[in-house]
Amino acid sequence: MNKSYSLFKKDLHSELRTRYAINSLTMFIIVTLSVILFSIGNETISQSLTGGLFWVVIFFTSMSGLSRVFVSEEERGTSLTLQLIAAPSTVFSGKLLFNLILVFAMNTVIAILYSALFEAFVLKNFALFLVSFILGNIGLAFASTIIAAIISKAGAKGTLYPVLSFPILLPLILTSVQLTLFSIDGTSFETAKFELAIVVCYDVIILTVSYLLFDFIWKE
Amino acid sequence: MIWKIFLFLLLCFVSVAGISFPIVDNPQAWYEFPFIKGLEQNAKIIFFHVPTAWLTVIAFFMTAIYSFKYLRKKNLDDDAKSYAAAQLGIIFCILATITGSVWAKFAWGAFWSWDPRQTSIFALLLIYGAWFALRSSIESEEKRATLSSVYAIIAFVTVPFFIFILPRIMTGLHPGSADDTNAGPIIDFKMNANMQLIFFLSLIGFTILYFWMWRLGYKSLIYRDKLNKQLIIRS
Repeated sequence: MNKSYSLFKKDLHSELRTRYAINSLTMFIIVTLSVILFSIGNETISQSLTGGLFWVVIFFTSMSGLSRVFVSEEERGTSLTLQLIAAPSTVFSGKLLFNLILVFAMNTVIAILYSALFEAFVLKNFALFLVSFILGNIGLAFASTIIAAIISKAGAKGTLYPVLSFPILLPLILTSVQLTLFSIDGTSFETAKFELAIVVCYDVIILTVSYLLFDFIWKE
Repeated sequence: MIWKIFLFLLLCFVSVAGISFPIVDNPQAWYEFPFIKGLEQNAKIIFFHVPTAWLTVIAFFMTAIYSFKYLRKKNLDDDAKSYAAAQLGIIFCILATITGSVWAKFAWGAFWSWDPRQTSIFALLLIYGAWFALRSSIESEEKRATLSSVYAIIAFVTVPFFIFILPRIMTGLHPGSADDTNAGPIIDFKMNANMQLIFFLSLIGFTILYFWMWRLGYKSLIYRDKLNKQLIIRS
């Protein structure tokens, strides 16, 4: 537990030193939101479309930023050192923690900017949105980290990452869009309990499978 | 050899019976099908659409099993078996999507309406495509087999969400969705006995066909690899 926390702190400090991911991801978010606003122009879009677009922005920002944890290790040539100093599950825990913090930070910025820029994005049931936001971000981090590990060992890393991640993330995105629409419409927790249960199941299943399979990816 | 002839006759019978037997209101003869409300004349595609969808899931299951076996034993033959299964799987997935959208045009009026089950078969197509894309991006043989096995297993655990959970809880047009009052023409047994017989014969026939094609596929892959590595001397 201590070792994975130290690995996470190492990643955090090297990130804060260069601020590469924070800057480029923030600019990516601003650019994506601008493109959507330009394309919409002066048209008003319906509330359901706004809810769906929210997760589109989240998905593409994640695809842009979450593969860095493993790909940067390969590019800087430090992955062999990492294999020597820690067990595979420790390495995975450290990287997962980093991606979790990054996903929460990114998506909070997206949510704040989104609700400021789109008038139709009014959340009548804010508690439901908060719960589905937290659970969805956890699932996003879990799935993206294991796929990042896979593509870091393959070629064509940049283009392959969204291609591999999208089918795996699809149950999460479909359910989260549904939950966001529920919170915009103001439905109760009682009606949304199936979708919440699906997201919880998805999170648990992906986490378990990731830990079981990471050893095979990591060892050369 | 004899079972191949038997399989050929079975599939011929199923195809001819499925297409030519008439659908009437009150089936009296052994070769007549009942009129199912909501499906009417286009019900016959069920004999071909459901087996292709069933087979693509079976193929995915086989890919996942042989991926699991490869990760345990690191035997490249298991990788060849999962590759052959995935090749057939993507073909049947394309067929299921096409037959499904043709049926959708006649039953629901549009070729594609993002019904949850249609989305699921499309997601399965994306998974197969991503799996092949991953394989083509890795040069080393063992690494390619290891990474594609890991991805196949991760993708396989999301399949229950697509096939069983999402279509049943979301509202949609497909039989068995959240707003459908019956569970579909099979479970409610609106099909009478001879229609069910043709349906299950079709399912069995296509499954045997799949296993035969899969066996041919992986054996040819293994022989090709061995020939490439000069393990069998060409005479």
